[in-house]
Amino acid sequence: MFVLSGYEYLLGFLLVSSLVPALALTAAKLLRPSRRGPERRTTYESGMEPIGAAWIQFNIRYYMFALVFVIFDVETVFLYPWAVAFSQLGLLAFIEALIFVAILVVGLVYAWRKGALEWS
Amino acid sequence: MYTYGRKRRAEHMEGIDLQQTFIRSLTELGIPSGAAKAIWMPLPMLLMIIGATVGVLVTVWLERKISAAAQQRIGPEYIGPLGVLAPVADGLKLIFKEDTVPAKSDPLLFTLGPVIVVIPVFLSYLIVPFGQNLVITNVSMGVLLWISLSSVVPIGLLMSGYASNNKYSLLGGLRAAAQSISYEIPLALAVLAVAMMSNSLSTVDIVDQQSGYGILGWNIWRQPIGFLIFWIAALAECERIPFDLPEAEEELVAGYQTEYSGMKFALFYLGSYVNLVLSALLVAVLYLGGWESPIPTSLLANLAGVSETSAWLEIVDAAVGITMTLLKAYFLVFIAILLRWTVPRVRIDQLLDLGWKFLLPVSLVNLLLTAALKIAFPVAFGG
Repeated sequence: MFVLSGYEYLLGFLLVSSLVPALALTAAKLLRPSRRGPERRTTYESGMEPIGAAWIQFNIRYYMFALVFVIFDVETVFLYPWAVAFSQLGLLAFIEALIFVAILVVGLVYAWRKGALEWS
Repeated sequence: MYTYGRKRRAEHMEGIDLQQTFIRSLTELGIPSGAAKAIWMPLPMLLMIIGATVGVLVTVWLERKISAAAQQRIGPEYIGPLGVLAPVADGLKLIFKEDTVPAKSDPLLFTLGPVIVVIPVFLSYLIVPFGQNLVITNVSMGVLLWISLSSVVPIGLLMSGYASNNKYSLLGGLRAAAQSISYEIPLALAVLAVAMMSNSLSTVDIVDQQSGYGILGWNIWRQPIGFLIFWIAALAECERIPFDLPEAEEELVAGYQTEYSGMKFALFYLGSYVNLVLSALLVAVLYLGGWESPIPTSLLANLAGVSETSAWLEIVDAAVGITMTLLKAYFLVFIAILLRWTVPRVRIDQLLDLGWKFLLPVSLVNLLLTAALKIAFPVAFGG
């Protein structure tokens, strides 16, 4: 448990901060008026009758960004322990990280050239 | 690396430690120390939540007043002196508003969305230090914890955008997710360069590493590029203008918030302002010396001939620390509000280009540059 000392506060704070939305929504539920009609529950579409639903198949352009994001997020996580322990590791670790980053930069250049980072 | 941080801290003033004092006074009353700790635990948390909420009210008021000044208006005036109670009136109004849930939506996800947005933002206040011991808990993972919590927020946005079953909401939610994942990596890499200089991810250690030389010791001089990257990415994560595409009102009505009303809308509103204040506080902690004043207090105390360990000096020091942190943070909030009225909104392709093709390579270079400088000048870059 030594590694996790101090994290009981995280759990405690999670509970305390969950109180904020819980209290806010409960207070509003007790105080607000509720008049329900079919008209007021229609989906907003600039005053028009909604045409079709939004839950349909469509082309998400952001998908490629999500893929590239996963790669670089994992890279960043790998770099965290390296950076924190860097003062004990010295020059060799620097060169290793340089190689590591260089490989990923090649990946970035590849994604860039392939047009994965273009929005259109 | 932790021993390094501890050793360094011991060289400075220990500062005020409310937790120890509180627990000691309770154990002297005959309460076992475990129970005393349990009584103590919720107190700083509640204080922090209340402080964060009051901070939001202040920010909303500032936003209105500064926006008004930028447009040569007066702004809120009648509700309380200078209109300071206007945000409270806003909140009251939203509590009494009807809660409309669209008939075609997914009611569970629709409610869960704003909740998931708000909780991690508040939870991030866990690691914001206002003094050597004026922090809820000094966890060794500090900033990494914040980065992981901040990546929970887009899940909530995506969830509420999808659950609304509205085209504007869905597009807004998708844009929000794309935007925050694009800027998360530059943000994490900028933080990494700072963490490298202090050999620790703990926010307290990061401020300690900047202490001792007053304004000259702050990270902004050693990390100017990192500071700019962090600030741009933080504005993008908060969806502030120029990066407020997810709720671009001319195109998407209100983005993922379109179908929301009443308290659920208020939660989004609260979340975005808490996030703004949090980002400003973290810029202050990471780059502007946190609670350190521009002229070191120990230097001033020495000049005045006061012993560093006297009790009242510790109290003054703590008060100065809290004031300094808030001053720096609200200065950045001020800049964010001015930016809102200075720069136009970017297009989505410009936004993604800026994130992926500019900030990402620059932040990688900044990280490697920091590493190289650390090898070349170990003393100046945190040994």
